[in-house]
Amino acid sequence: MKSLRKTELAVIGGGPAGLSSAITAMRQGAEVTLIDRDPVLGGQLIKQTHMFFGSKDQFASIRGIDIPSELIKALEEGPGKVKVELGTTVIGYYDDGVILMEKDNRATTLLPQRIIVATGAAEKMLPFPGNDLPGVYGAGAVQTLMNVYGIKPGKRVLMVGAGNIGLIVSYQLLQAGVEVVAIIEAAPHIGGYLVHASKVRRAGVPIYTSCSIKEAFGRESVEGAVICRLDENWQPLPGTEKTLELDVICLAVGLSPLTELLWQAGCKHKYVPELGGYVPVRNEKMQTSIPYIYVAGDAAGVEEASSAMIEGKLAGLFAAASLGYDHDLESLAATYRKELEELRSGEAGSKIRQGLAKLIGGVSVAS
Amino acid sequence: MRIEEHPIISFKRGKIVSFFFNGQEYKGYEGETIAAALHAAGVKVLSRSHKLKRPRGFFCAIGNCSSCLMKVNGVYNVRTCVTPLQEGDVVEMQEGRGEILAQN
Repeated sequence: MKSLRKTELAVIGGGPAGLSSAITAMRQGAEVTLIDRDPVLGGQLIKQTHMFFGSKDQFASIRGIDIPSELIKALEEGPGKVKVELGTTVIGYYDDGVILMEKDNRATTLLPQRIIVATGAAEKMLPFPGNDLPGVYGAGAVQTLMNVYGIKPGKRVLMVGAGNIGLIVSYQLLQAGVEVVAIIEAAPHIGGYLVHASKVRRAGVPIYTSCSIKEAFGRESVEGAVICRLDENWQPLPGTEKTLELDVICLAVGLSPLTELLWQAGCKHKYVPELGGYVPVRNEKMQTSIPYIYVAGDAAGVEEASSAMIEGKLAGLFAAASLGYDHDLESLAATYRKELEELRSGEAGSKIRQGLAKLIGGVSVAS
Repeated sequence: MRIEEHPIISFKRGKIVSFFFNGQEYKGYEGETIAAALHAAGVKVLSRSHKLKRPRGFFCAIGNCSSCLMKVNGVYNVRTCVTPLQEGDVVEMQEGRGEILAQN
């Protein structure tokens, strides 16, 4: 029998969090294997055409689509070498620490000493009659169609959700020459940044708050939608229904962490709605309840790519330290924590701060 | 349905290839996904629900939701939203869950 392949650190997921984890751990001296199911690195950054906020260290004023090449450059610069396995899906985790991977319909195994799970998140669904019709898409899928493949999702779009994703994707639809009929938001307030909301409003797209979708209709695909106003208890107000003719309903109602591997490994989870639902319990080192498994990015709680990258650095730093590569540990950790704290400060970060306080018991807002 | 002009992005498209969907010939770009090529060609229904046969289309685009499972070159349950298009691909809507043993 062939001997089992081994690695010091396996990073699962090559998006912003995973890439940052791998770079940081490699720079500290760890031997790293980075695994992603896609044929290219970058995760969902490859479709984000908007400019990032934050500071220079967090790629502020750089568009999401331009960040992967920067990270890949850092990955290749060394000093160490990261083994990258693309088109490879981690499909299982065994009690003895072995992970099972699939590539080109073949199964392989790997035994890492530490694992960082940076598997990201998936679009949430919204229950309403007709939500299964072709023409109802997740906002991420609309971004992929438009920004990666240059294909319009349709002619007339109803955007459901006025958080940052709903607002940004609406603007991207306009840039692609697609009409956005309206943005509806069930909450009484717009959830996303004012700067994004103002941009779409200036372009003539109405944003209706306390408004929801009642149903989608159509024979073989979406032909229209009925929207209605909601009362203060989030219940539909009779008589306020309005029928819109359109062929696309874009759902931007949040994301859920992709934590299958963490559940399978037996990591403890906690339900924290502010972080997207069930999230793995972890400490300020990004370490889960199973000591050799770390987590970073949306899988650790849905937030933004900017914070995912810093969480990735922290996870990479502490995973490497636990393997004995603890060069400059305290000062680097302090720097990254400060960056996270700044990103999560103010009004916009309050939801995340509340969620993290529930998850980590208020150890530190920056953890 | 293709975006021809965009203020920020210049799309690097592969060469044009032919493929078949339910026996009819279509064109797409090499390297884009099968589901993307079909969407660009105006095909919205990619599969049908098992019991009620309701139409299913493009939804997640990351190979997660199973709405786009199709038969490609004789293999059932291919996630067409993450599978790159290749010259001569034979794509079909599959009936129900497909046959696993037919894949060899």
